[in-house]
Amino acid sequence: MNLLLEVKNLKTQFIVQQKTINAVNDISFSLYNNEVLGIVGESGSGKSVTVRSILRIINYPGKIVHGNILFRGADLLSLNEKDLSLIRGKEISMIFQEPSAALNPVITVGEQISEVLKQHIKLNKKQAKEEAIKILKDVGIPAPERRYHDYPHQLSGGMQQRCVISIALACKPKLLIADEPTTSLDVTIQAQILSLIVDMVKRLKIGLIFITHDIGVVSQIADKIIVMYAGKIVEEGPTSQIIDNPKHPYTIELLDSLPTLSTKKGVKLKEIKGQVPDLFNLPSGCSFHPRCSQVKKICINNIPNLKKINNKRYASCFLY
Amino acid sequence: MQNIFIKYLNYKNMQLTEKIGFLVLFIFLLMTLFPNFVATHDPLEQDIISRLQNPSLNNIFGTDELGRDIYSRCVYGANTSVSTAFIAVLFALIVGVSTGLFSGYSGGIIDEFLSRFNDILFSFPGIIIAMALIAVTGQNAISVALVIGLVDTPIIFRVTRAVSLQIKVLPYVDAVKSAGASKYYIMLKTVLPNCSNEIFVQALLIATRAIIIESSLSFLGLGIPPPSPSWGSMLSIGRSYLYRMVWYGIIPGIFIMMLVISLQFVSRYIQRISKYSNS
Repeated sequence: MNLLLEVKNLKTQFIVQQKTINAVNDISFSLYNNEVLGIVGESGSGKSVTVRSILRIINYPGKIVHGNILFRGADLLSLNEKDLSLIRGKEISMIFQEPSAALNPVITVGEQISEVLKQHIKLNKKQAKEEAIKILKDVGIPAPERRYHDYPHQLSGGMQQRCVISIALACKPKLLIADEPTTSLDVTIQAQILSLIVDMVKRLKIGLIFITHDIGVVSQIADKIIVMYAGKIVEEGPTSQIIDNPKHPYTIELLDSLPTLSTKKGVKLKEIKGQVPDLFNLPSGCSFHPRCSQVKKICINNIPNLKKINNKRYASCFLY
Repeated sequence: MQNIFIKYLNYKNMQLTEKIGFLVLFIFLLMTLFPNFVATHDPLEQDIISRLQNPSLNNIFGTDELGRDIYSRCVYGANTSVSTAFIAVLFALIVGVSTGLFSGYSGGIIDEFLSRFNDILFSFPGIIIAMALIAVTGQNAISVALVIGLVDTPIIFRVTRAVSLQIKVLPYVDAVKSAGASKYYIMLKTVLPNCSNEIFVQALLIATRAIIIESSLSFLGLGIPPPSPSWGSMLSIGRSYLYRMVWYGIIPGIFIMMLVISLQFVSRYIQRISKYSNS
């Protein structure tokens, strides 16, 4: 298996009112060809900023401070804008969480797909249109010839997300990043979109980074899971091992809070105590210690490192 | 984009004033494009013997101090006003939109520089700059139009910059960027089409401003040089005959007022419709 993407010591900061927030704090991970990586965590844990850093679409006042992002050997952080634009959309593409906001409202969806094709594969107008219709058909849009001329507001949320997916996959990228692609859709559509993404990824044999705060979703599709908390990776490992045998207290509580088939009616679901820490003033030591059920003295003043537990598992906790 | 005009010109959505606005504007458009059909006389044809005549069947608004037909001169004056305003708005749009878009989207030091320069232009009353520039460039139809355009550019610049600042932080701009679009592609194909409603409304409003500035300049003798008929200069001359023939000083004013008000109504309608379609 070839290494597709390697992120090393990535740190992305936001400077707001002269205070520095480490939205992504020194994280490293890697992804192989054809592998599905799930990134889970609560809101504000730095999942989106991590993947936005990969494509370098962090908006002001955000800034990537240091780190390396190696995509098939080339460091994305040292490329200039022009070379990067050859990779964006062509080699790595992204699906956003709100499909209605991710489509340009004044251009027809068909045109938006053809534009990507014209940009990256140098097709002419007619070829691009044919290709776009073919892609629309592939993602399961009925009557693609007619839908080609529709504006985004004429489509339903699910259809819009299918269009976003077809823009992302139009140039057959090597890596797809899906940033909570199902969050704003209703449950039945969520399942359809999820299986569509998984199908397309399998068919095109590409890598997928899937971001979600729903650990149940990610457990169905991912080969490998990263659990993030307050801008850091707290646990990393193969999906089955993480689900069956979570190591970090945060992961344990996260899994405990899921309803299962054996959950009795009327029994309250468990929740993780407290709230996600304010990134402006993180707790000292381990960021999770105020909410942790197994907190020890050492956790309060010392920051744990990501430690290898066994051959593929990592966790950052003083318990190990 | 194809059905935008159909959407805008649907008369069922219009209020009465807006219908009147469109109708009057249409009549002025006819005057501009085909003045020889609408006018009854040659606007430059002098007939000194029958000067300062009262309205009659032959000269419906009477004749001026050189015996020229006032009605025909007003009709040809529409041509002068509208074409000057058109060139002025076109100039303001080309310069204002391109700099505003660039400034708003790029930000940084270029934005700062262009905005401050714009503030300097804004700090003078438009008519003063226009007079000063016309003194420099000389008095001919094109330079008057371009000077008026330059005076109106800051307004377009501000609107374009403000709207593009709003648009550039929206998720679909990030989405287009993540699909590999270049900076100029994003500016022209993503940000600009989404600002077009606001710019269009503003363009109609500055057209009214351009008409007023052109008339004011002509009134002061700095506009389109005579003998071309212009409402402003007709008003200015008509003023001296106010006691002998009141209508000479009033009718060109009524033409200016009608054109300006009809443009206001039309721009208000378009503003209303575009708000409606945005939400």
